[in-house]
Amino acid sequence: MLDIRNLQVKADDKEILKGIDLHVNAGEVHAIMGPNGSGKSTLARALSGHPEYVVTGGQILFEGKDLLEMDPDTRAREGVFMAFQYPVEIAGVNNAYFLKAALNAKRKHHGQTELDAMEFMQLVNEKSALLDIDKSMLSRAVNEGFSGGEKKRNEIFQMALLEPKLAVLDETDSGLDIDALKLVADGVNAMRSPERAFVVVTHYQRLLNYIVPDFVHVLSGGRIVKSGGKELAHELEAKGYSWIDAA
Amino acid sequence: MTTATETIEQLANREYKYGFVTDVESETIPKGLSEEVVRLISAKKNEPEWLLEWRLKAYRLWLTMKEPTWQNVKYDPINYQDIIYYSAPKKKKVLNSLDEVDPEVRATFDKLGIPIHEQKIFAGVAVDAVFDSVSVATTFREKLGSMGIIFMSFSEAVHNHPELVKKYLGSVVPHTDNFFAALNSAVFSDGSFVYIPKGVRCPMELSTYFRINAKDTGQFERTLIIADEGSFVSYLEGCTAPMRDENQLHAAVVELVAHDDATIKYSTIQNWYPGDKEGKGGIYNFVTKRGLAEGRRSKITWTQVETGSAITWKYPGCILKGDGSIGEFYSVATTNNWQQADTGTKMIHIGKNTRSTIVSKGISAGHGQNTYRGLVRIGKNASGARNYSQCDSLLIGDKCGAHTFPYLEIRNTTAKVEHEASTSKIGEDQIFYCRQRGITAEDAVNMIVSGFCKEVFRELPMEFAVEAQKLLSVSLEGSVG
Repeated sequence: MLDIRNLQVKADDKEILKGIDLHVNAGEVHAIMGPNGSGKSTLARALSGHPEYVVTGGQILFEGKDLLEMDPDTRAREGVFMAFQYPVEIAGVNNAYFLKAALNAKRKHHGQTELDAMEFMQLVNEKSALLDIDKSMLSRAVNEGFSGGEKKRNEIFQMALLEPKLAVLDETDSGLDIDALKLVADGVNAMRSPERAFVVVTHYQRLLNYIVPDFVHVLSGGRIVKSGGKELAHELEAKGYSWIDAA
Repeated sequence: MTTATETIEQLANREYKYGFVTDVESETIPKGLSEEVVRLISAKKNEPEWLLEWRLKAYRLWLTMKEPTWQNVKYDPINYQDIIYYSAPKKKKVLNSLDEVDPEVRATFDKLGIPIHEQKIFAGVAVDAVFDSVSVATTFREKLGSMGIIFMSFSEAVHNHPELVKKYLGSVVPHTDNFFAALNSAVFSDGSFVYIPKGVRCPMELSTYFRINAKDTGQFERTLIIADEGSFVSYLEGCTAPMRDENQLHAAVVELVAHDDATIKYSTIQNWYPGDKEGKGGIYNFVTKRGLAEGRRSKITWTQVETGSAITWKYPGCILKGDGSIGEFYSVATTNNWQQADTGTKMIHIGKNTRSTIVSKGISAGHGQNTYRGLVRIGKNASGARNYSQCDSLLIGDKCGAHTFPYLEIRNTTAKVEHEASTSKIGEDQIFYCRQRGITAEDAVNMIVSGFCKEVFRELPMEFAVEAQKLLSVSLEGSVG
């Protein structure tokens, strides 16, 4: 599904990713771990097409298509979703309205009919029951005045509605207490399917107790320095990142 | 420049689609202003002596006045001798019905989406169409007339209802009010006149559509609306002009009078030509609008969506004279490219228990400069008066500006006055967030702007709220990325 080849990315004129190779198949969950400044969030943002991250070399194929040729909104409509580390507040824009616009933009892109308000609310009811989400969140402005936990849950809720093929979680666990973390993880687990892939970027092994990955990659200095199965995360937890740097 | 800002700017740069010129034979007087010109305009309109005297009084006063300079806008001095003060499409004969309107002029209004044949009219809106200096058509007159409602051009009202015109003309905005009001009083050519009799609820929206067509011409219209006891009227004005490299002056006066228990809702969708991307050309929109809430429990609501004009200078206000009267002002003002706006309101509380609400939303993009200037004055005798003001500014990009000048004068200790203000910016992070959800940058900006303006849009008559929203998205096109 996702094929990253020798990806090099700059931000603020600084070279951050120095050649990443990663292959993700549908149905797999890949965890990207690494110390601060290793480039793991950069990888997530480059996938989503964030304008501040400039790809200077390499290739990203998404379902055989050149992802780097697509602008951020096209990538999203093609099925790439990123859960933000810091979800953005948009005052005055109703959350439900925002979600409906996003969903319909995607449906239109795929030649499907747009959902009307009734159909949309039906879908919302279905998904919020699945994720145990408080619907009152929908009548508020996008992320405005949301607590850290609410913001992250809203991200997962958006993901559930938009049903992406590839979901990238950019340090979704940061700033969450254990209860909020579990809720978010439950949401992600409910969405795991043979057709969908996840790239989970995290600093801590903690999240991976709840979202159990198929593969773990360790990033350091802009390169993947070690890859393995889920046991690699435990090993990191026990030995610390310095173990990798020393290796 | 970052991509986000680029998109914002592209959004802002869509072409002005009302910029065409109609090729119609006009009767135009030579450029310049003098007592002779004032007399000529009055003679062309076959006016009674008292009105000519009124004009001359205003003209003589105007000669002694100075153009105001306190407003937060910049422009080269206006040469008042370089303006044509009267231009009218030539009439072949006296019009007997709407079908006889010059086909070119009618085609112009059709093209603008303003139907002046009654059978084609939309959603029960009666229209008065003003082309350059004169009113060319007023629809639904008979139907309204059967209820005693008068809706006609100002010039006709002067002849058909002189007692009403004489009684109310200048009663809210006297010719001494300000430089541009004095100029208007001297040279005004046409406009709309509305009278709603006691206890009548006007069954349809009344609307005047202003079009400046001729080159080098100023438009000086005058609108007078009187709502007698217990009546209700909702009125809407719209305006457009061709794209021209020279600036054109529009100095209008609007006067509203609401008697006991009467309500006037006055909505404006202002879309005069704003000038090009370099700031060349465009309309100077220097307008005086005021409503007198004369009667007890009377109510006046101003709603304005200002997207056009190179410069906008207007402060639609309410004089709350009647006890328990209410004044409201809802405004969205957009400045993009090199547009400048200095706009707001005046709420003058005189009567007891008078209430006013001000909601102002300023949007600046490109190099636009947007100023809110508002006065809330609570008089000595206005016990129990209340005011709530909210002024919000939204910035798009980093070369524009927003300014707020609230003036509060409170002379009664029982008054309650609240003022809230905020400034926000459409951030690149917000736009990227929307894009990551599949929403284009353009739609993202429109969504954020509509959310920002919704308190004002919901005050507009329904069919126009949709129109206003579209207009806003067009006028901000090219403003993000």
